[in-house]
Amino acid sequence: MDGIHDFGGASGYGPVVRESHEPAFHERWEAGVFTMVNALMAADICHNVDQFRHAVERINSQAYLEHGYYGRWLGGLENLLIEAAILSQKDIEEKVSSLGGNNVALIAAQPAASPDVFSDAVLRASGPGAFRKIVSSASFRSGDWVKTLDGIVPGHTRLPAYARGKKGQIVESHAAWVYPDSNAHGLGEQPQHLYTVAFSGAQLWGDEAEPDTFTHLDLFEPYLVAFSDE
Amino acid sequence: MSETTEQAIRAEAIELLLREKGLVSEAQIDGIIQQYNARTGPLNGAYLVARAWADAAFKAALLQDGTRAMEPFNFSGGEVQKLVVKENTPQTHNLVVCTLCSCYPWAVLGLPPRWYKDPAYRSRVVKEPRKVLGEFGVNLPDSSLVKVWDSSAEIRYMVLPQRPSGSEGMSEAELAELVTRDSMIGVELLD
Repeated sequence: MDGIHDFGGASGYGPVVRESHEPAFHERWEAGVFTMVNALMAADICHNVDQFRHAVERINSQAYLEHGYYGRWLGGLENLLIEAAILSQKDIEEKVSSLGGNNVALIAAQPAASPDVFSDAVLRASGPGAFRKIVSSASFRSGDWVKTLDGIVPGHTRLPAYARGKKGQIVESHAAWVYPDSNAHGLGEQPQHLYTVAFSGAQLWGDEAEPDTFTHLDLFEPYLVAFSDE
Repeated sequence: MSETTEQAIRAEAIELLLREKGLVSEAQIDGIIQQYNARTGPLNGAYLVARAWADAAFKAALLQDGTRAMEPFNFSGGEVQKLVVKENTPQTHNLVVCTLCSCYPWAVLGLPPRWYKDPAYRSRVVKEPRKVLGEFGVNLPDSSLVKVWDSSAEIRYMVLPQRPSGSEGMSEAELAELVTRDSMIGVELLD
């Protein structure tokens, strides 16, 4: 999905701000959100990590920037709980009010009307892990030049916008893995071959690139087409 | 009320509702806090780095197949299905990011710091890694190659930092104390 989360190459976010002696969790609620998300996965309410990542991508974009990492997770969690009808918006609003909170502050969650806006598939749990054995052989091998697909992607994808329509070279093959673009939408695991692809700074950023820099991405075979200079 | 407070209340509201449904318990949350504060953290990665510095055969194995090399350590917390380790040398500097979310090798480095998850690092480091490294105090010679690894699938990356000078003859335990989290993300040089 083309959204605020796809940060690579964007400008305007200022310097990297660091904190010394940072704890694993700054406040208890952050650990609560972390635990609840893991509990939903274990209880098969959130069906897989791809579905969860997509739920986080679908939160309010201002909240994505302002609420921090666990605030984003909170939004993704609330999206999934409401979409799966585990909780209702009304349940949550009443409980927030009873705790002295308000429901007019910026809220991250933007639940969809149906469990998945892009698919009518019944959401099913994915098996453990994401590495899968498949029969089809890999189309590419190390050293091959490829070009990535270009254009807007409506649903979940792991091909960042900054690396679309770019030429790169396969540097490693990783056999087959669950395909996030289908798994996030309940369309099955559809495992695909995965490759590490190296892109030069000049290919990605043109004249703005710093010298002698490369960015590597792990990309699924459907994102790639063969490319040669001839 | 601050945003954080509103988020804290909303998180608590959802937690109470899920506790009523038996989907989560206070004990689980306390257990998570304890686990990530005490057991899962950058110390795990530091063990791997120290062993690699001390033992050339282990280093070769770690760079060849990080997943298999870490298996005997039985690190708990945060699954890493495939760990790939990249070695920093005087010629090549590696660093890790996840521009799309915040993927990070939890089992070896614990939970990521805030800056790793914030927009500034995620947006800038693929486009201007040398400048970002400079802000971290890492000034690389122009002759060096910079390789950024954007974790866009389930493979997780860790950097094997260069061994600091003056560490000859140290034990593995002493070496592990020299290894920082940031050096294993690739934004710090150890000296």
